[in-house]
Amino acid sequence: MSRLAVRSNTVWLACVMLLILSPVRMVWAVDPATMSDPALQARYEVLIHELRCVQCEDNSLADSDAWIATDLRRQIRDMLSAGKSDEDIKGYLVSRYSEFILFRPAYSWRNAWLWGLPLFLLILGVVIAVRIIHQRAMLVDNDDDVDVLNS
Amino acid sequence: MNPRFLVPLGLFVVLVVVLAVGINHSREVGVLQSPLVGRQIPDWNLPTLTDPGKTLGSQALKGQWYVLNVWGTWCYACRAEHSALLRAQRDGRVQIIGIDWKDADSDALDWLSKLGNPYSQVVTDHEGRTAIDLGIAAAPESFLVNPEGVIVYKQPGVITPEDWQREFLSRLPPQSSVPTAIPGAS
Repeated sequence: MSRLAVRSNTVWLACVMLLILSPVRMVWAVDPATMSDPALQARYEVLIHELRCVQCEDNSLADSDAWIATDLRRQIRDMLSAGKSDEDIKGYLVSRYSEFILFRPAYSWRNAWLWGLPLFLLILGVVIAVRIIHQRAMLVDNDDDVDVLNS
Repeated sequence: MNPRFLVPLGLFVVLVVVLAVGINHSREVGVLQSPLVGRQIPDWNLPTLTDPGKTLGSQALKGQWYVLNVWGTWCYACRAEHSALLRAQRDGRVQIIGIDWKDADSDALDWLSKLGNPYSQVVTDHEGRTAIDLGIAAAPESFLVNPEGVIVYKQPGVITPEDWQREFLSRLPPQSSVPTAIPGAS
């Protein structure tokens, strides 16, 4: 494979990864409402993507045209206009609908296992991988087949 | 045989046990447990269906047991619940207050005159703001509220006669007598 081909492959892969990892905003969002203040609008957009539609549970508020989602979006706009902070708004909705309404669970001791488990599994995986690699490396050192090594 | 080959199998068995216990212990899959249970009901005050000039709210109902039932004529499940509510109303153990949610008053009046009226009072929430304050996700949902204004139980979804017996009547004090006719009730 030529060096140029490798480089273009790398660029291509990087583009795909960027697309997957970037917080792509859904272009088919159903919410036509906008707020006059651009700063509030920006916060509004973030909030409605982070909050769950309580009826159609796998959609965010931004993606659902259910009545309740429409009403919850209006509630959020009203609270933003009234000068409430993002935390106030989330706190209010959690007090009414439970933490279930948050797509991103809170960092709390109750949720420690939820946040900690992936990290624990990652570390476990690395430890296992390192041990396996180490064992393989030991095998190559002791290998009698010098021809294969030198080829 | 190398016993290390049993490790994945062991982990798999552990996973199965954890998931099985989790599924068995989840109260009802997909049902939101309201954080409002055990707390003071959020203050609500809404116009009555029969006389929109008058309002009824949580303050006026202090000192009484009541069931707050959120419904709408657009809600199919509410139709399924209706006969159980009518039976409950005939028992007369506790008054049922209806919140007609995001509905046309004429449709609601029509529904009640055709199917019967299980409510001692019906109030209307056209805009759905009170519904959000009560944490309503979908109709029907019902609250049992005690005389101190504390929500002692919330039923998400249809109340069956069995639910009424098990979840509502069992929580009432014995011999709870309730005014069956409130002035202005239709």
